[in-house]
Amino acid sequence: MKELHYDVLIIGAGAGGLAAAVEVSKHDTSCALVERESHLGGILVQCIHNGFGLEEFKEELTGPEFADRQVQQVLASNVDVYTDTTVTQLDADGDLKEAYCFSPAYGVLKITAHAVILAMGCRERNRGNIRTPGTRPAGVYTAGLAQRLVNIEGYIPGKDVVIVGSGDIGLIMARRMTWVGAKVHAVIEIQPYPSGLTRNIVQCLNDFDIPLYLSHVVSRIEGKDRIEKVRVCPLANGIPDEDNSFDIPCDTLLLSVGLVPENELSKEAGVQINPQTNGALVDATMMTSVDGVFSCGNVLHVHDLADWVAEEARRTGRYAVAYLRDERPKRQIRIKAGANVRYINPTMLDPDNPDKLYFRSLIVKNQAKLHLKLDHNPVKEVKISHVQPSEMLHVKVKPKDVASWNIMKDSVLEVSVE
Amino acid sequence: MASTDKPAARVDVAIIGAGLSGSCIARQLSAYEIDTVLLEKECDVSMGVSRANSGIVHGGFHHNLKYLKSKLEIRGNLMYDRLQRELDFPFKRCGILVVALNEEEMKHIDHLYTQGLENGAIGIEMCSRERMFELEPKLNSDCVGGLHAPGGGVLEPYRFVFSVIESAQKNGVEVLTNFAVERAERSNGHYRIHAADGRTVEARYVVNAAGLFADSVSRIFGAEEFKVTPRKGEYYLLDRATEAGPQRVLFPVPTKVSKGMLVIPTVEGTVLIGPTAEEIEDKEDLSTNAEQLGQILDQARKMVPKVSQTDVITAFSGLRPAVGDGDFYIDISKKAPNFIQVAGIQSPGLTAAPAIGEYVKDLLKKAGCKLSEKADWDPFISKLPRIRDLSPYEADELVSDNPGYANVVCRCEKISEAEIVEAIRRGHTTLDVVKYFTRAGMGRCQAGFCSYKVFKLLMRETGMSYKDIRKRGAGTEVLQDAL
Repeated sequence: MKELHYDVLIIGAGAGGLAAAVEVSKHDTSCALVERESHLGGILVQCIHNGFGLEEFKEELTGPEFADRQVQQVLASNVDVYTDTTVTQLDADGDLKEAYCFSPAYGVLKITAHAVILAMGCRERNRGNIRTPGTRPAGVYTAGLAQRLVNIEGYIPGKDVVIVGSGDIGLIMARRMTWVGAKVHAVIEIQPYPSGLTRNIVQCLNDFDIPLYLSHVVSRIEGKDRIEKVRVCPLANGIPDEDNSFDIPCDTLLLSVGLVPENELSKEAGVQINPQTNGALVDATMMTSVDGVFSCGNVLHVHDLADWVAEEARRTGRYAVAYLRDERPKRQIRIKAGANVRYINPTMLDPDNPDKLYFRSLIVKNQAKLHLKLDHNPVKEVKISHVQPSEMLHVKVKPKDVASWNIMKDSVLEVSVE
Repeated sequence: MASTDKPAARVDVAIIGAGLSGSCIARQLSAYEIDTVLLEKECDVSMGVSRANSGIVHGGFHHNLKYLKSKLEIRGNLMYDRLQRELDFPFKRCGILVVALNEEEMKHIDHLYTQGLENGAIGIEMCSRERMFELEPKLNSDCVGGLHAPGGGVLEPYRFVFSVIESAQKNGVEVLTNFAVERAERSNGHYRIHAADGRTVEARYVVNAAGLFADSVSRIFGAEEFKVTPRKGEYYLLDRATEAGPQRVLFPVPTKVSKGMLVIPTVEGTVLIGPTAEEIEDKEDLSTNAEQLGQILDQARKMVPKVSQTDVITAFSGLRPAVGDGDFYIDISKKAPNFIQVAGIQSPGLTAAPAIGEYVKDLLKKAGCKLSEKADWDPFISKLPRIRDLSPYEADELVSDNPGYANVVCRCEKISEAEIVEAIRRGHTTLDVVKYFTRAGMGRCQAGFCSYKVFKLLMRETGMSYKDIRKRGAGTEVLQDAL
């Protein structure tokens, strides 16, 4: 078995892994970037729509263009890239982390590194996860798989489509399927509000007269060989109202019912998981509960924008390099998700080096306010024009904010939305 | 499934149905100097009752020895260790616990224990509450005691069938798939069996192992009239990462109609909960229902409170082919000559299957079929490497011969390209059967990530068009058009 050593090992070469790799390579640090697919860029390469890059590259790009910008930077750097290579085991207990990687080109590799950045992204929730009863016919796909089939492989899964869930991939696929000649009959959303970005509701559904059923579920899938119809059922006070259910004939059902950070490798390496995000619990430096193991991007928490993934990953790369140099925060205080906040990332703040915090609201509200309280005392307030659970929010804590704070050893910073 | 298109002109024995019973009978007969053909109406083997069940080798205490099924269960159980060595299928004698949640149920445990002793179930043990928690710390704290049957175990039923069939084929049995028996007539001591597609097979003896359709097959041959009633069982499959996974198979105390809903640590590391029990009419109705599925979680939580709906990765259902009083119906037909009935093989059918093979061999002998042993019968099949069972170092050694072993196609279950290619080259060319054969797509993402890779491998290996990629048989094509 080949054994290779690097300062930093990055697992996953999507928007996060690529950005982290570029950052790491800038600091005279050796870096291996391991990707299980044959291409770099992760899920970006199948996102052929635009809307990427406005923050990262200050221009509007498609997913593949965004990925290509990042890939060019990586290829111009000293990062060693391993594609078609799957990390199957990560032993991270010791100072030297060991990763076993399966690669048809190199066989099974053992890559050792002093720091590891987890950037494996997420997976789609599927029919089983939402426990939709009925038959098990052909024609039921997750939206991301359908996107891959259409945009990369060039196949059309079906012609009469119903989409479950109004997540962004589902919305994008409603438009995409329409463009390839399919009829999208409906998008069914269990929540009383859309799960995807408002701009996608407008551009992908409204512009094509595709009906969106809010507070509805697909309560049954029917069809012996190929899916023939779905039963759609309104929710009355959260309970399916079968008396008012109706059927929609279709030959294809696409599921866009949420994403789950893919942390199986992380868990096996001993990384503690935040049940709110299904991602790692990270400190102010994006380091997990395992020393020297960092996490960023969609494997940490599901982001709305690739630009934010890249931003977070760049920071993570910087922190990983600092870790190698033994430059660790002198002190960290806990950050708590307060009223109406589902979670906040990271969960610690370095008062000497405050940074950006990403969080999600639990409520839908216009003219909302974000409150930061240090040990129950208000220390910062930010107006936000609109909040909803499906739109990720962020706040930048600045050194000048912190300068006036009375920080104790066990201080807690609470973030709430009202 | 690799299948011969040319009809076998004339054979000694035709077995109808390539499920657990049919395949075990076929393998048993492959040890003798006779020609045997196995006829299957589906596109591949193990597609009926054998595809979806609890996958349990039972502990020998559930049924009274007066039943044939109990005798065959006891005998079958004992045959599995040797079969595993010969046939390379994952099998684990993890043991079985019956969980009593109150003193009333404990009385029933007494009865099961006595029955188990009478049946000769090896190692059977009455357990105190303390002993139960020692054996299974995840049990509900309400548990007052129970029964431990260390001889029980778990395996994947379809994977077992694939191995048994491979062994039978290696020893000369011919398998004809897509062979739906439509009619038959008898002349000169032979049955002439006609398939729906026009193929015919002639056989001196016929074994009816047609599962749910054994009643129709019996009628076609002018044998006994009986009715197979499908009793549906629905299941949830839980992520291998669940905290609810027990060490042993957990049974509730059984009721008159069913063994109840179980919590099963599958041989491959996932957790299965179920089955429900519901009599239905339609033998092809494999749908799941909200109401039935809801019961599963409730019942499973009674034994293991950590069972969580967030761990569910899929739901499915299987059908039990119930006949008459619930016992197996295995006998020489009294109406049709040289015709053996193997019907009503519901639980403990998987446990009993190897013993059914022996039993039917004896019935054939009794019916006059001359059986002389083959000198060169080979009970072993070659072992297929599975990277999930290998250390990284062991896996690395396979790569120089076949780099496909280092290409992880199914990340959730850790299945390599080489394993999938092997399944395809053996003729398993539908998505479902590639899944059953290799486990690719059986994990937490339910093929969300690996589907398109398997599509590509199927096209590359068989030369099929994208239009021919099917989930199962005709009508289950997955792609409808290309850009």
